[in-house]
Order: sequence, then C-alpha cells, then structure tokens
Amino acid sequence: MTDQPLLQVRDLEVTYRTGGTEVPALRGVSLDIAPGEVVAVVGESGSGKSTLAHAVVGLLAPNASVGAGSVVLGRDELLGRSERALRPIRGRRIGLVPQDPTVSLNPVQRVGRQVAEALRVHGLASRRGARLAAIDLLGRAGLPEPHVRAGQYPHELSGGMRQRVLIAIAIAAGPALLIADEPTSALDATVQKRILDHLEELTRETGTAVLLVTHDLGVAADRADRIAVMSGGLLVEQGPTARILAAPTDPYTRKLLAAAPGLTGAPARVVVPARRAPTEDVDPTAPPLVSVQGLVKDFPLPRSAGRDATQRAVDDVSFDIWRGETLALVGESGSGKSTTARLVLRLADPTAGTVTFDGTDVTRLRGEAWRALRRRAQLVYQNPYASLDPRFTVTEVIAEPLRAFTVGTAAQQRSRAADLVDRVALPVSVLDRRPAELSGGQRQRVAIARALALEPDLVVCDEPVSALDVSVQAQVLDLLAELQAEQRLAYLFISHDLAVVRRIAHRVGVMRDGKLLELAPTEELFAAPREDYTRELLAAVAGSRTRKVEAAS
Amino acid sequence: MTVPPLARYLLRRVVLAAGVLWAAFTVSFVVLYLLPGDPVATMASGGLDGEPVSPAQLAELRARYGLDEPFAVQYLHRLGAALTGDFGASIQNGQDVGVAVAQTLPPTLEIAVLGLGFAIVFGGALALLATYTRARWLRQSLLALPSLAVSLPVFWVGLMLVQIVAFGWRLLPSGGVAGPASAILPAVTLGLTTGALVAQVLAKSLSQALDQPYTTTARAKGADPVAVHLRHALPNAAVPALTVLGYVTGNLLAGTVVVETVFTRPGLGRLTVTAVGAQDIPLVQGIVVFAALVFVVVNLVVDLVHPLLDPRIATGVYA
Amino acid sequence: MTELLVREIATGTGAPPVPVPHPGGRWRRLGRFLLHRPGLVVAVLVVLTVLVAAFAPHVLAPGDPSAGLPAQKLRPPAPGHWFGTDYLGRDIWTRVVHGAALSLQATVVAVAVALVAGGLVGLLAGFVRGWVDEALMRIVDVLMAIPAILLSLALITALGYGTLNVAIAVGVASVANFARVMRSETLRIRQSVYVEAARAVGTRWYVTLRRHVLPNAAGPIAVLAVLEFGLAILAISSLSFLGFGAPPPAPEWGSLIAEGRNYLATSWWLCAMPGLTIAATVLSVNRISRALDGEWAAAR
Repeated sequence: MTDQPLLQVRDLEVTYRTGGTEVPALRGVSLDIAPGEVVAVVGESGSGKSTLAHAVVGLLAPNASVGAGSVVLGRDELLGRSERALRPIRGRRIGLVPQDPTVSLNPVQRVGRQVAEALRVHGLASRRGARLAAIDLLGRAGLPEPHVRAGQYPHELSGGMRQRVLIAIAIAAGPALLIADEPTSALDATVQKRILDHLEELTRETGTAVLLVTHDLGVAADRADRIAVMSGGLLVEQGPTARILAAPTDPYTRKLLAAAPGLTGAPARVVVPARRAPTEDVDPTAPPLVSVQGLVKDFPLPRSAGRDATQRAVDDVSFDIWRGETLALVGESGSGKSTTARLVLRLADPTAGTVTFDGTDVTRLRGEAWRALRRRAQLVYQNPYASLDPRFTVTEVIAEPLRAFTVGTAAQQRSRAADLVDRVALPVSVLDRRPAELSGGQRQRVAIARALALEPDLVVCDEPVSALDVSVQAQVLDLLAELQAEQRLAYLFISHDLAVVRRIAHRVGVMRDGKLLELAPTEELFAAPREDYTRELLAAVAGSRTRKVEAAS
Repeated sequence: MTVPPLARYLLRRVVLAAGVLWAAFTVSFVVLYLLPGDPVATMASGGLDGEPVSPAQLAELRARYGLDEPFAVQYLHRLGAALTGDFGASIQNGQDVGVAVAQTLPPTLEIAVLGLGFAIVFGGALALLATYTRARWLRQSLLALPSLAVSLPVFWVGLMLVQIVAFGWRLLPSGGVAGPASAILPAVTLGLTTGALVAQVLAKSLSQALDQPYTTTARAKGADPVAVHLRHALPNAAVPALTVLGYVTGNLLAGTVVVETVFTRPGLGRLTVTAVGAQDIPLVQGIVVFAALVFVVVNLVVDLVHPLLDPRIATGVYA
Repeated sequence: MTELLVREIATGTGAPPVPVPHPGGRWRRLGRFLLHRPGLVVAVLVVLTVLVAAFAPHVLAPGDPSAGLPAQKLRPPAPGHWFGTDYLGRDIWTRVVHGAALSLQATVVAVAVALVAGGLVGLLAGFVRGWVDEALMRIVDVLMAIPAILLSLALITALGYGTLNVAIAVGVASVANFARVMRSETLRIRQSVYVEAARAVGTRWYVTLRRHVLPNAAGPIAVLAVLEFGLAILAISSLSFLGFGAPPPAPEWGSLIAEGRNYLATSWWLCAMPGLTIAATVLSVNRISRALDGEWAAAR
C-alpha cells in the first residue's frame, strides 16, 4: 500500500432527528482506505455501517446531519459540499452499488439508458457513444447478451441481473473507489456468490478500492483485505482480515465471531451440550408423529399465462418426523419449502398426497376437526413484526389460543401466559407491553410462547430467525433446542440458511423447484452431500472460503 | 394465449367500461323509477308544487310513458331504447333528452376543458415546485395551498371571484356567455378543486419517488438535481396523478351544476338544476348516464396512456 | 445459558423497548404535541365553537335569528354586528350561529348513512371475498363513475326536497368511498400474518373478525369519517345553495349564501361571512383528520 490513503475519514459524527429527538448514528468514526484496497465494514443493523457508507458520498437521508469530522478523498474535502459540488465526485470518483437491486433501478427507463446516463452526466461520451459504451459495460458486469438487455426494462430482469446492471452503472465512469452497501443480501446464496466473485474480479483488474458494507462476517472474511467492526455508531476494532478472525481483541467482535454460524471451524457448535444424535432422543421404532406421503401442490397461474395453467410449487414430497426430532427443510426462495410447511399444518390444501398426524389421516379435515388439529400442531412465523397483532398486549397474544379453545377461566389464562413468558425467558414486565415496544428477539420469543400455549406435539418454524440479528439468532435457536429437550417437541424447521440449520437440525432435507432432492442426517449431509445442488449450496455458505484457507494452512 | 398482453389489457378495459355504463343506467333507473314517490303524479303536475291532476289523466299518462307495465318490462324497454341512444322525452317541454343534452353541451365543454387545463398547469406546477425547493417554509406554504383550496365551497369561491374581479376590479364579465373572457372566471372556479387534488397527489407521489432507492442511484451517478426530478421522479410519479385526474374529470363536469348557476351560464349544469327542480325524470336519467359515459371515456383514455408511461403495465406485471 | 438470555433482554439488541408511559406523561405529551402545532389548536377551537353553536346557539348569539330591524338593514361588519346585517336588518352572526344546528345535523346524518352502509358493504366484500366481493365492488365502481353531486341530485329528484333528503342523498353518494376503504382495510388485515396466526391457533372466524379485523380497521375508517364530514358540509351547502335544502326562512349556511347573492355587488358580507364560516369549519375538520391520520402516532 502507498502512504497516501485514497479515502480518509476522520472523527465523523452523524445524527438522525426523529420525532424531535436526536439519535446519534456515528459517534466519531475514523477509517482509511488505501488505493486498490478492499475494506469491509461489518456490524449488525443499527450499528451505523450504512450511514458511514452514505455519508462518504453525501447521500444521507434528509433527517440526518453531519456534526463533525472530515471525509477526504485524495486531496479533496467532501463534507460540507453542496449537491452541485458533489456531482463531479459521485459516479466519477466514487461509485455506489446500492443495497436492494429490485428497487434501485428506475422502473420506467430501459437499463441501457440508465447505464449510459452515468457516462453522459460526466461528459464522458456522446449520446451515441454512451449507448454503445453502456452495452460494453453491461457485458463487463457479466450480463449475458448485453445488447438485448440494454433495451429491456428492470422488471424484465432477475434480481441478480439487476444487481449486475447496478454494478455496470457504478463502474461506468471508472471511479477509484467503489462503495458496495450490502450489495447481495437481497439475493439467493448461489447468486450472491457469483456476483461477489465477479465484483472482486472487476475491481482487482482495475485496481479499484472497495468499501464493502455487510452484516455478514462470512462475506467480509471471504472478500476483504481489512475488516472494520462497527457497533452502536462506533468503530470498535479494525485490522487485517486474518488478524481479526484469528485474534479479535474487542469483546463485541468476539461475540460476533462466535455467533457467525458458518465461520466457526468446529461443526455444529451448539450451546446445548452434546447435541443428541437422532438415535438418543428419537425412537425410530415408534410410529412417526407426522408422515407425509407424495405431497403435491399446484398453484393456478395468472390467466395471462394461458387457460388453466398451473405452477407446481410442491412436487411429490415425502418424509416422516418423529417426536423429539428436528427435521429441517432447506432451499432457496421459491423452492417450495414454505408451502410444504403450510401443507403439513393444513393451512393450505394439498393437490395430491396425504398428511398423517399421529396415526390419523388429516389431509381432508374440515370445520371443527380441522380446528382440533390446531391444538396439536403450531406455527412460528418468519417475521415476528408481522405475526403479532399490533393492538394486542403480550398477555392477549399468548392467551389467544387458550381463549380460542376456552382452556380455563380468564384469570387462569392470564397466569398461564405469565408462566409461558417465563418459560421463554422474558421478564414478567413484558406482559402488559405491546409488540411495538419489544425488540425483534423478544417478539419472536412471544410468538414461540404463543405456539407453546396449547402444548402442541409439533411446531413448524418457518424461517424463525431470518429476520433477527446474528447474536439474537443464536439465542432463539438455543431456546428452541432447550424447549424441545424439555417437552419432546417435534420441529419442522424451514430455512434458507444452512449455517442455522446445521446448528439446530437432526436431519436435513434439501428442496429445489418443489422437489425434495435429498434427505439425510445433518452431519452426513454436510460431510458427504450426494447431490450436486447440495454441494453448490454448501459452497455458497459465506465464510467457507476462509475455513478452507485455514484448513490448508 | 395468442393475444398479446397489451391487446388483452385494452380489451378488458373496454368490456369493463361497457359494463359500467350499463350499470349506471340500471342504478339511475332504480333510483329514479323504483324509489317511493309517484313519478307520474309529479311528472303531470310539472314538479312538486303544481296543481293536482285527475285520476283519468294520470292513467292516460301512465300508459303514455309505459309506467303501467311491470318494472322488469319497463326496464328492458327503456334499456333497449337507451342502447339506440333514445332516452325518451323531457316532460317539461317534450324535447328529446339526447337533443337537449347535445344543445346545452358546448358552453359547458368550453369551461370544462379550460378548467381542466388550468387544473393541470396549476396543480402540476405547484407539486413540482413544492417538491423541488429546499426552503422548508416555501415547501410548507405551497403544500398548504391545495388543502385550503379543497376546503372552500365552490359556489362561494365563484361568488367571491365575481365580487372581486367582476364587480370590484371590473376586469371580467360576471356571467353569461359573451366571448372567451366570460369563460375565464367559471373555468378557474371549476378547475380550482381539481387542480388542488392533482397537486396533492402529484406532490405525494413525487416525494415518494424521490425517496426511492432508484433516485439515490441516479444521484450517486452524479446526475443533475433537475434531471433527477424531471427524468427519474416525474415519469414514475405521473401514473398515480393521471389516475386521479381520470377520476376527477367526471367531477369537473358535475361541478358545472354549481358553477353555471353562479355565473348564470346556460349549459348542461343549468339544465340539470332545472330538470331536478321539475322532477324531469327522463332528463335527469339521461344526464346521469351521459356523465357516466364521460367518466368511462376519460378513464379509457387514461388507461391507454398508462402503458406508455409505465412499461410494467403493458407486459402484464400488474394484473 | 440463562445468563445469556437475560443479557439479551438487558442490552436489548433490537430497537430499545419504549418505556411504559406513566399516568401524567400522556397529558404532558399531548400538551407538547399541540404546542408544536398551533394550527391544530385553532382547528380544535373552531370545531368546538361550531359544536357549541349547534347545541346551545343562545350561548354564542342570544338574539332571534329571524327578527330584523329594517332600519339597520345591510350594515357592514362593525362592533355590535360583527358579521354585518342582511337586507331585512337581521344580524348575520346570529343567523350563522343558529344555522349551525341544521347544517351539522344534516352532515351527521349524511356521514352516518355513508359510514354504516359503506362500512358493512366493505366488510362483507373484504371478508367473504369471492363473487360477493366481485359483485359488491362492481356496484361501488358504478357509484364512483357517477359524480357524487349528480347522484345526489338524482336521489333528490326521486325523494323530493328538504334537509333530511339532501342529507341522505349526500350520504348515499359517499357510500362508495367508505366501502372501498373498509374493503381494502379488511383485505389487508385479513391477509396479515397475525390474522393467519390467529387462525392457526384455532380462533374462530367471527372471533377473528371482532378481535382483529374491526379494531385494526377502525383507525383508517375514523380518519375517513372525519374527512367525509368536511366534504359533506361542502356538499350539503352546495345543494342548499342550489335551492334543494331547507326552505328560505331557515338560516342554513348554504341558503344564507344563496340569499346574499343578490346583494353581492353592494354588500359583500352577506355572502362572505357565511362562506368563511363554512371554509373555516371544513378546513379545521380536515386539519384534525390529518392529525388523526398518523401525525400523532408518528410524533410518539
């Protein structure tokens, strides 16, 4: 690295003003980036990492104000510049790859024109030249048939392709620094890996420095030369990637490392000691609690796709779940795993196949018999923000199933709610609060308490931790494991995150395009996957690259 | 399956439009002919305060207007006639309803078109300026104007304009149809509410569009703020504004009922007031169906323009 | 293990838990909220004055609204007659105050008709869905296609004149708005995850409707009702102005303006004062509606 840094951030302070109060987002952050260097800024949501990225290009939200500090690019101070004075910097010297590709392109403009605009505004090409250059740029960003894509609108492209368009826009004017703000977190894991690989290739080629903002320590470990860890608006630790991973000095970094599931070398690092092998707790000679045979679900497509056109969301899926066991279904979005879960719970009607619950065929239950099934099979939703009625108190939420089946008097229901709150390790004081007053992790605990209220045999968890921060994820997973041990609960666990699955599941099924590709005990699947697709999924787990490097050294 | 999405989209709109027209006819039939009150008695007396009519005359009138038949037969009969453009004759003077509407239309159309133009220019300029300016006070006061405008009674605004501009400053005529100058005050009165609505919707969707990540992308390219506003935000914001414009154009026509009374202009609005006053049921029904026709045609045009503004509509991303 | 869990609660990794407001805090917060919004305070005062005028007009204007002193006719606003007097020497302030009851009654009837009918239609359409929804929404579409004032006029043609008929006519014309909002609210809440969660724990559908759908839909409907209240005042005064409302001697706001019209060139206050009253009332109602619609929640 040369002595003169490309970007020099000093003591940067940013506050947000919401509803009359000032909330500090950055509390004196200093960071250098050398030319050609890749620096990852890692932190949980609310740590200020995105604010830092946006402050550098002067694209903060209108309610944000910069209190103090300096941002120097080369020799030019960027803070305090007017919108007009920032124009020659933006795009030309600093490119931005935004967070969510699905909403970051103008939906009513062809993508070629949007790429060309990045050249035109800096006077780098004529109208005609910009059009041709845009096609060239789209090709360099890895889009197949760039001349066709240039004439298309964003909605005609997939999420991954749109992110490539955004990369083309960011590199168009040849900036020396690229800011990538969670560039792939909205994408599926395999797409994520391909895009990051390509971005890496492009920037190495041109010697562009990258400021990579991510919540995923695994991604940072794979891609960055240096890692900076942020928490609560402060930069708690920074240093070379290998050093941060091997010898973190700050307790927060250590906590983050411990919680990052894919990075820990030891397989299945679970808090519950000696994770039971399937044979210990689970009695395979007993009949299974749930048995699913040849499950099929077709959804009608919009009429524009032709008369009676259907899409097969679940295609001939069969599996069993025993008491005390966790069966996980993994797959990318659209693989049919959530639909399968809803079919098992009978919240949706299967097109074909049978669902047997504790020896009884429940495939066609209706009315009161259907309602009776609710007592034995419960659901924990992905999003704890949406699954609780905002007007209900925690007591009302947890007592709702008891009310529905008139279990006990109102007073008994309340005291049961208090017991359950205690069981999921929440303080009694939350009972009178409403969901909006709780954190995400607390809400998910309330949802779990509600699911347990009727003492069910089966709990289906649909991505129960994907909306939570990493450190909270670990705690909720541990709680689920503990409750399972206490009550011999059976879990059907739906997730797209292999690292999470590895931590909780006894057996794992891999789904793709509605089919169950393979189903094996967890360690077997991770050690010796049979299907190519499973291998691809495993390879895409962020942090795996680092682990391989470690293993090789 | 072979029909392209755009053609399917348009076909669907046309069929829906025809359905709305039929239903408007039916609703007005139900309201005017089935509700309590004897249409013949009121027809014959020429309003609520006329002389009583003998039973024999009533029976004769019933037969003449086909009102002695069962409602279903009457309905089908009238619907059949309406399909050929025949809405019957006015009971005030026996004039054909279609002719009466057509004759009074030109002065109404004049102020409606002028009013619409005023609404678009006034509302659009207000919204663009309010969302572009960085001065907080200017933005706040510009955004307060529309809600002020929609809180004023239209007839009162008209009267105050007459009082100030016509009587006070003697700039423009206070009423009648004497040349283009006489249309200005009515048009402004008529377009004020519509313009305020356009301003509200456009300002809202503009500021939403400016909050979208794609405008951040455009700014991150280094694009000029004016270009971001006009080339990225406006095309996205125009769709909801246009939809609202389609919806309120019908109200523009209805607003002439009040405006033409204030400015004593002989037009469709005046005709409506007279018809209601005289309980001229065929004429009222004809006017209601005509208003629905205008609504339907305007919204059809809006639907035709939509795919040009938003390519997602043409390819059927929206149902 | 437990230690870890307790720590999470203590540090509160997500959004910090909002402290439960203590009894006095609520009022103090309301006070601070209003202090930053002087316009809203004025709006509330205007509406309160109008309500007093409607229920106890003699408090604000002790005189007789129909008794005039011909000697004092057409006096401009001045102390004593601060809205001026009309062509019979009647005090306009007194007439406006005493007209409030009539105008407000009509408005309440109109909004009630629209709220009840529209709310039921929307709830039914949104909750039952299927062909019921299709049929009801097509009818609503048609009601939207006929401009409100024309629909009201058609109803008046059939029902006859009078304040009550005008109120009903205005109410029916805004049924469609309530139906649409209620339906979309019902649909939104029905499809929300927490309603599915309620179903998944075995709650019966009518309990779900009562405990989840109605309370969550109430807010937006209340906001719309307040907004429609303002629109109904305007619509009713328009129809009275056209002469379909209360017969002449009654001091309804719209008819007051119609009466004053003939003296527009010479005595502007006859029209201006009742008109300003209407404008101030509607503006205040709209301001309150906007405050209800999220400003209060956002400021918390």
